[in-house]
Amino acid sequence: MATPVKVYGPPLSTAVCRVVACLLEKDVEFQLISLNMAKGDHKKPDFLKIQPFGQVPAFQDEKISLLESRAICRYVCENYPEKGNKGLFGTNPLAKASIDQWLEAEGQSFNPPSSALVFQLALAPRMNIKQDEGVIKQNEEKLAKVLDVYEKRLGESRFLAGDEFSLADLSHLPNAHYLVNATDRGEILTSRDNVGRWWGEISNRDSWKKVVDMQKQQHSP
Amino acid sequence: MTTLIKLYGAPVSTCTARVMTCLHEKAVDFALVPVDLFSCEHKQPPFLAKNPFGQIPVLEDGDLTLFESRAMTAYVAEKFKEAGTDLIRHHDLKEAALVKVWIEVESQQFHPAIAPIVYEYFVAPIQGKSPDQGVIDANLEKLSKVLDVYEAKLSSAKYLAGDFYSLADLHHLPYTYYFMKTPCASIISERAHVKAWWEDISSRPAFKKVSEGMNFGEK
Repeated sequence: MATPVKVYGPPLSTAVCRVVACLLEKDVEFQLISLNMAKGDHKKPDFLKIQPFGQVPAFQDEKISLLESRAICRYVCENYPEKGNKGLFGTNPLAKASIDQWLEAEGQSFNPPSSALVFQLALAPRMNIKQDEGVIKQNEEKLAKVLDVYEKRLGESRFLAGDEFSLADLSHLPNAHYLVNATDRGEILTSRDNVGRWWGEISNRDSWKKVVDMQKQQHSP
Repeated sequence: MTTLIKLYGAPVSTCTARVMTCLHEKAVDFALVPVDLFSCEHKQPPFLAKNPFGQIPVLEDGDLTLFESRAMTAYVAEKFKEAGTDLIRHHDLKEAALVKVWIEVESQQFHPAIAPIVYEYFVAPIQGKSPDQGVIDANLEKLSKVLDVYEAKLSSAKYLAGDFYSLADLHHLPYTYYFMKTPCASIISERAHVKAWWEDISSRPAFKKVSEGMNFGEK
């Protein structure tokens, strides 16, 4: 039996749960090794050896140590092709390229403004950091323009890359989940008909529900 | 007979240059179809049908249309993996995984810090604005921290993913090329290993062909 892969980082981290969601979709056994970031675990020399930027997640399997959640997800899909959801990153080069362009769109266009909003609206208050109204407004506008494109696309296609749920849709789950559940700006997603419909579908997947459960468990004493 | 790849974009554009460099490294024939940015061709419906985000480049290969330059390079590097330079190390699982890691590092760590600086020096002036020193300073600080990690990495290997040139190094070329023309270039040249790496990758023939056309802002 294969050794479970290791993922380092707290389940509340958006990038960590991007990887966890992917592992659950692919039915790859894993061990989540939580880090206490408040205590600076992620800046200690031992951790910096596997993640030189001092960020989470880091990933290890029998062969290799990796960083960057989207690189880890692509690696998992390509190296465990027969496990779990086989089509998550496409089963042929054309499907893969179509998914990859939307995964890049997530990373380049959706992630920056949504991450900024999650930080300002959900995390800053908890960390006693003052919110920056200018940053919030600027990123709401940026995100709205991106979601206008998504609204049109998701009127033509069930999921971003086509008729099947893919790694591109999955990659949106962590930030979108915080926006909808931990801020008062969730309607930026839910008030758009097609985006709202898509959000409802992707957030209802068993894999994502398990991630949400893991996050809730971290909260309980 | 295979169809000719079409790349819609502009020679001065960083993201178009990224894809062209990859195509040259792989010795793949392609046609560059100019997109008229100044008349906003990229924001009109015919172009939006190819890229709903209204950005260049767009790649067409037969029935496949792609946006996002890094999705294009990944596709080209894989489709033509047996031709030209081996950019994705597909024969070695570990090397291939490390290439993926450093592709994402460029995408998520390097790019967000360098792009605003290039924007302030090259794009803001043509919009009639002076470069915003606050934005430049904040991003220089971020970029310096990233380059500290690069400096350490490149002191133990010639390139980012190992002792081999890969798509991860290539992706850094276009923005760094313009960055080196700004007053901030010293943060690259004062780091010995980063400087050596930059001089190596920017002198590759495939990039030299492309950088000849990267004269944005020059009169």
